[in-house]
Amino acid sequence: MPELVEARMTTTPPQARPEASGRAPVISARDLSLTYETADGPVHALSHIDLDIRPGEFVSLIGPSGCGKTTLLRVIADLETATGGEITVNGVSPHDARLKRSYGYVFQAPALYPWRTIARNVALPLEIMGFSKAEREERVGRNLDLVNLKGFERKFPWQLSGGMQQRASIARALSFDPDLLLMDEPFGALDEIVRDKLNEQLLRLWDVTGKTVVFVTHSIPEAVFLSTRIVVMSPRPGRIHDIIPCDFPRDRTLEIRETQGFIDIANRVRHGLREGHSYVD
Amino acid sequence: MSTEAASLPRAAAPPRPGVWAGLWEGHALPVVVVSLLIVALWYVGAVAMNADLQRSAFENAGQKTWTTAELVAGTLAQERPRLPAPHQVAEELWKTVVDTAPTSKRSLVYHAGITLSATVLGFLFGSVLGILLAVLIVHVRSLERSLMPWIVASQTIPIVALAPMIVIILNQLDVTGVVPKAAIAAYLSFFPVTVGMVKGLRSPDPLQLDLMRTYSASRLQTFLALRVPSSVPFLFASLKVGVAAALVGTVVAELTQSADGGFGARLLAGSYYGQTVQIWAALFAAALCACLLIAVVAFADRIVLRRMGYTR
Repeated sequence: MPELVEARMTTTPPQARPEASGRAPVISARDLSLTYETADGPVHALSHIDLDIRPGEFVSLIGPSGCGKTTLLRVIADLETATGGEITVNGVSPHDARLKRSYGYVFQAPALYPWRTIARNVALPLEIMGFSKAEREERVGRNLDLVNLKGFERKFPWQLSGGMQQRASIARALSFDPDLLLMDEPFGALDEIVRDKLNEQLLRLWDVTGKTVVFVTHSIPEAVFLSTRIVVMSPRPGRIHDIIPCDFPRDRTLEIRETQGFIDIANRVRHGLREGHSYVD
Repeated sequence: MSTEAASLPRAAAPPRPGVWAGLWEGHALPVVVVSLLIVALWYVGAVAMNADLQRSAFENAGQKTWTTAELVAGTLAQERPRLPAPHQVAEELWKTVVDTAPTSKRSLVYHAGITLSATVLGFLFGSVLGILLAVLIVHVRSLERSLMPWIVASQTIPIVALAPMIVIILNQLDVTGVVPKAAIAAYLSFFPVTVGMVKGLRSPDPLQLDLMRTYSASRLQTFLALRVPSSVPFLFASLKVGVAAALVGTVVAELTQSADGGFGARLLAGSYYGQTVQIWAALFAAALCACLLIAVVAFADRIVLRRMGYTR
């Protein structure tokens, strides 16, 4: 990492101005590993992960099930604890980063609380974090607008379709304006048409807000369409197989999927996944 | 629980039939059939059980022969039958509920008031106690191992054996009146509430809990914003069981503390004097009161769950 070291030496300390320095990683993992002790022996969920994610990046973690992509996201979020190596989020440990509420997490399922209306679900983190009532209302309105859910404030989750519920959960993650968005297969349970639409919306949202996004998926087109970098992971032990840069214009639309550039990157991801997958088991 | 019940009927019939037609198609027919069947069996039982008494009554009266019709009519009109006929119980209920002033000690309304006040008080005590125990058990891991066996054991002791002791001990401590009865009602009603609330407070799934963790919510915040609302459907299910148990507890307590009146006292007096009709009337009145209490809880359940968005 010579350029990173250089950047650190020439600019102000990254902890002081993490966004302004531009190159100080939001997430930095060094030789990270996580091993579960089970009755059948140790399971290496993550093994020797080295990864830097810089501000404003959209990084996808892609791989077959069991490759540790969700586990890695959960380690970043301090929902799991690594058993080896080092990881920092915004320059501090994941635990401290979580206490500072530095990320919004979008789960595979919307995980909306059924007894709360959509507006009150979006307001949940704001209530927990002690925002004033006026501030809560303003932020709920703004973020529901952002995910095209204006007018559904007083509906209960069951009155919304799956795609709308997931959009509400994204609004909830955005409501307290974290710089980092962690998304664990947020559109995995949705049909392809809804997924395409949400992908475009998410991309526009990322473009407008300039947030850093770490996005777990097992869909190659989704990863290539959304990402600035694609991390291809492989299972047993869960490890990084390849990191593929992916530099499409920020205001890209779904049509880009028909271009040769898109197909080339998708092929590279596909090859990576095939190489990384061991069929011996 | 509530979602199934609520979603099933709505999903089906698009053109809504009239209320009565709907009832008839839905539940009314089976309800009527089963009720009539029970009443019929009851009459058969009454004739069979009272026949011996009736024969000796005829003999004592010097009547040597009698027709079957006379025998049947006699068995259903005795003053102290082994098993009173349904219409006798209904007459007694009418007499003691409608025809007697509610202030009279012969009025079942008077006794219902006594029983219900102790039941409601005990139910409130028991529910609060049950909820507090559940909160403790859910938050202090060691308490589950140390407290739960005692809670379960408390319910294995027959309440008929325990109630007199509690009443006597409390009387010794100069605690009389409604409180000892309420204490026994609470003793029976806290248990379902504890069990239900422990389950309810633990019902949030890992995802919902992870969400709170990503906000670094405190334990208190997680409790108030997640565990408590998740437990509400469980709470109401337990309260329905608890309120019925409270009534049973009160009636058992009144068997010991019979000077104060109440359904229990009425049952006891009836059995002293062989007034089977009075016993059955009191039993039915107690059952109706239990139904009423459960209906009140069920009504509150519906209102609350609808407002919370659980019911569609």
